[in-house]
Amino acid sequence: MVHNAVEMENVSVTFNNQPVLTSINLKIGMNDFLAIIGPNGGGKSTLLKVILGLLKADQGRVTVFGNKPGNPHNPIGYLPQHVSFDPDFPINVFDTVLSGRYHGFFKGYSDDDRNLVKKALEEVGMLNFQDRQMSRLSGGQMQRVFIARALVRDPKLLLLDEPMASIDPEMQNSFYKLLSRLRERMAIVLISHDVGAVSTQVESIACLNQRLYYHGPVENSEKGLEAVYKCPIDLISHGIPHRVLKKH
Amino acid sequence: MTGILEYSFMQNAFMAAVLVSVACGLVGTYVVVKRIVFISGGISHAAFGGIGLGYFLGVNPILAAIPFSIISALLMGLTSKKVKISEDTAIGILWSLGMAIGIIFINLTPGYVPDLMSYLFGSILTVPVNDLIIMFILDIIIIIMVILFQREFQGISFDEEFSQVMGMPTTVIYLLLLSLVALSVVVMIKVVGVILVIALLTIPAAIAKQYIYHLGRMMILSVIMGMILTTGGLYISYLFNLASGATIVLVLGLGFLVSLLIQKLME
Repeated sequence: MVHNAVEMENVSVTFNNQPVLTSINLKIGMNDFLAIIGPNGGGKSTLLKVILGLLKADQGRVTVFGNKPGNPHNPIGYLPQHVSFDPDFPINVFDTVLSGRYHGFFKGYSDDDRNLVKKALEEVGMLNFQDRQMSRLSGGQMQRVFIARALVRDPKLLLLDEPMASIDPEMQNSFYKLLSRLRERMAIVLISHDVGAVSTQVESIACLNQRLYYHGPVENSEKGLEAVYKCPIDLISHGIPHRVLKKH
Repeated sequence: MTGILEYSFMQNAFMAAVLVSVACGLVGTYVVVKRIVFISGGISHAAFGGIGLGYFLGVNPILAAIPFSIISALLMGLTSKKVKISEDTAIGILWSLGMAIGIIFINLTPGYVPDLMSYLFGSILTVPVNDLIIMFILDIIIIIMVILFQREFQGISFDEEFSQVMGMPTTVIYLLLLSLVALSVVVMIKVVGVILVIALLTIPAAIAKQYIYHLGRMMILSVIMGMILTTGGLYISYLFNLASGATIVLVLGLGFLVSLLIQKLME
């Protein structure tokens, strides 16, 4: 029986002899909603890539749902920070999401897959755009399509790399509502360099700057943030629902 | 137009133009959307080494060029992933090495030295039936590979990192795609020449990309555009007694300009 979505023990990663992650210990439970925050270059994306199996840890042990990272059966949905795609690429919304149902060599897509694509598009409010070219979407719409592509696999763990970066301000509330629906059926890990971007939904916070500082519930995390950023932080952010600060 | 088809060499030339358009439309679509034009140019020039080797060993140059260009395609693809030099540097090195090897082998071949110009711009008017058969078989192989691996090729062209997360062996698929480029290059190099290969791999697909937003339909339009423009170029070269390969390239280029203008007017 697997109890945790992700377990990392003493994980270290170096690039060109520069340590990027050092002695990371992290457990992500099946229903956690964890925000990992830290400065740019602090290793946040690297951490996600280790969980995804895109990068190998130089040291330590990583299991994802009891498997090795990179196992294609690991039920992970992933929203990359920058989708490295050519904005002119000839593909529409439906086919983009359908590629999230990939089953392996010589296995085509079934009607079941197509229905799941429609469900995922409905969930993010993009069903009306299913025939639209990707190149004709706004940044925020594109983001929602890529979330649908992550959701269409029916993941048990959703990894969001800087999801707020390309979302229009007016979209933020509906994005949080979406997350609060999703968290009932999956663990969510959200990484951000923007402390203010941490939503009301987040349960626990960890800070990452080469080393990981796990702070548990949100209210206790203020001190930890200061330790990572090495300066006092103003946790008030206007116009964004948040509860990073204690009630006072 | 019917008059010129009475010559059997013209029939062969038109057949070659059609067969080449099929390979170029399918593979060229990936070349354009995945932006691997430069590596395709490198493969086509490196394949020249195989042609020279074939002459030197006294085997059909096309058959010698198949392994030669596939190996150089794999070397170019692998160096960028495994060795600490950038991909375009690796391409540049293999590009010139391949050409040099080809010329040295042709130099060393005793007896009749084939005309080098015909390898740059091809000799579509002298395509033997044997080569047509090889081209036809390679076209079939390319069509089957594209049908079998369409999801993977689209995946690595659109979003390589996500495809890897989905469990695709992206490096293997990329090398497979480069091998397809090598195959399509090989058939064409003797028939249409190194320079025309790049024009055919890029221009029809670039025209289609302006109007079509679907990979499969883009391939079909590229094949049709390739057929119209290459046979058109061939006909014009016959009418005005011009070099066929160069005329075809110019007609392709003209077609691209016209499509750009139409696209601008439509906006």
